[in-house]
Amino acid sequence: MDKLALLGRHGLDRLAAFGRSSMILFQALVAKPQPLMMFPLLVQQIYFVGVLSLIIIVVSGLFIGMVLGLQGYTILVDYGSEQAVGQMVALSLVRELAPVVTALLFAGRAGSALTAEIGLMKATEQLSSLEMIGVDPLRRIIAPRFWAGFICLPILSAIFAIVGVYGGALVSIDWLGIYDGSFWANMQNSVNFYEDVMNGLVKAVVFGFVVTWIAVFQGYDCIPTSEGISQATTKTVVYSSLAVLGLDFILTAVMFGEV
Amino acid sequence: MNYFDDVVIDIQQLSFSRGERAIYSSIDLKIPRGKITAIMGPSGTGKTTLLKLIGGQLKPDSGSILIDNQNIPTLSRSELFSVRERMGMLFQSGALFTDMSVFENVAFPIRVHTDLPNDMIRDIVLMKLQAVGLRGAHDLMPSELSGGMARRVALARAISLDPDIVMYDEPFTGQDPIAMGVLVNLIRHLNDSLGHTSIIVSHDIQETLGIADYIYLIADASVIAHGTPEELQSVESPQVKQFMHGLPDGPVPFHFPAPDYGADLLSGEGR
Repeated sequence: MDKLALLGRHGLDRLAAFGRSSMILFQALVAKPQPLMMFPLLVQQIYFVGVLSLIIIVVSGLFIGMVLGLQGYTILVDYGSEQAVGQMVALSLVRELAPVVTALLFAGRAGSALTAEIGLMKATEQLSSLEMIGVDPLRRIIAPRFWAGFICLPILSAIFAIVGVYGGALVSIDWLGIYDGSFWANMQNSVNFYEDVMNGLVKAVVFGFVVTWIAVFQGYDCIPTSEGISQATTKTVVYSSLAVLGLDFILTAVMFGEV
Repeated sequence: MNYFDDVVIDIQQLSFSRGERAIYSSIDLKIPRGKITAIMGPSGTGKTTLLKLIGGQLKPDSGSILIDNQNIPTLSRSELFSVRERMGMLFQSGALFTDMSVFENVAFPIRVHTDLPNDMIRDIVLMKLQAVGLRGAHDLMPSELSGGMARRVALARAISLDPDIVMYDEPFTGQDPIAMGVLVNLIRHLNDSLGHTSIIVSHDIQETLGIADYIYLIADASVIAHGTPEELQSVESPQVKQFMHGLPDGPVPFHFPAPDYGADLLSGEGR
């Protein structure tokens, strides 16, 4: 009976947290947006969240594209269809790997930083002092960070895909000696703008929303102690990664499931 | 003279608890306008909590907090933010924004709530920093300041918009004797010349007695005594006497509730 009660308690806690996070999101974004005040703060956050994540995204994209090219070639060459490696690299990147890997890297690089920053602001009473100055921290701190993540992740995902395709081409054409005409032509013929590129982008947008939401909520809702902040940062990375992988399956099933 | 002819904050039947522990049970408290009111009491009695209740950062379990007839716990979020524009608060930790310089910290409330031109903001900020003796430190970052200096910058920030009500949470802690003397004078001077209403939370008895017009002594979730400093010093209640004179023995225990000392030492239970 105790265990049942504990389970119920746990479930209620989760529901309450979900409710709180929705309220925070609503108050930060929907209630009375102030675009003029927000713009400079948003630009600053896009720099911290997006531009500073570029290096890890570009390097990972390049290597994943190169590995895909290499792996694809060794399998396809057995069937004499190594010319299709361009198609394989592009489709796996655009549909799956770019949005998912970018979101996972983003959660680790930018999400955890957002949580820790907001959590520390809470612990050092900076959020309270904003409130007492008469400035709503949800609008001043949370909203620009949320929008920055939401805007940056799809762009980073697109950059990841482009760099990945380039990495694949580098390995396939320059190293393995596939004829560049057929590499690019196969890719061009098989990648559909709406079905593949747009669907990949939709995934990235959804992941951007979820990962940044989790990150800012965990920071804002954390217990304001060093232990609480460390737990919140861990939760950000774990919850975001699980949410990204779970949502990826659902989105893939919805987008490509009927084939 | 009656202190309560003109009351700016009127707290009635306020109750607040954290979990099972009652911090306040049905207290009544009035803060007169234009005066310095001190809230004193042993640590852990919820003095800071009281400031947070007045600022609307915490919601009481019951009771009302009227600031010029606006009941804080019932205000909407946006009404609360507009009331707070009239308040300044000095946090115990200072709570400076770590990503801004000292200058920008003090300028922040002015920038968000007014449309003043930059050169005027600069003048105001330098005047406020001069008042706390840190004009020369205006381009330092908060991480480069000592605890006492950070608190003085926070004080300059709290008064940068000349608010009607200034709440000081332990303003004297961590100050050297020189800064302490200057701060005591500064709070008194600001209060008299600008017509602020000041609320000081403190347990530095001598400094507070020297500056406060009216004192509330809080212990055991209620107000145990209130009056002018002279009145309080002549109160005969042993609880009040113990606190005002800093005596270790008396009805207010120094120790957190614990089992018998000897029995605890001799119980021999391993950890």
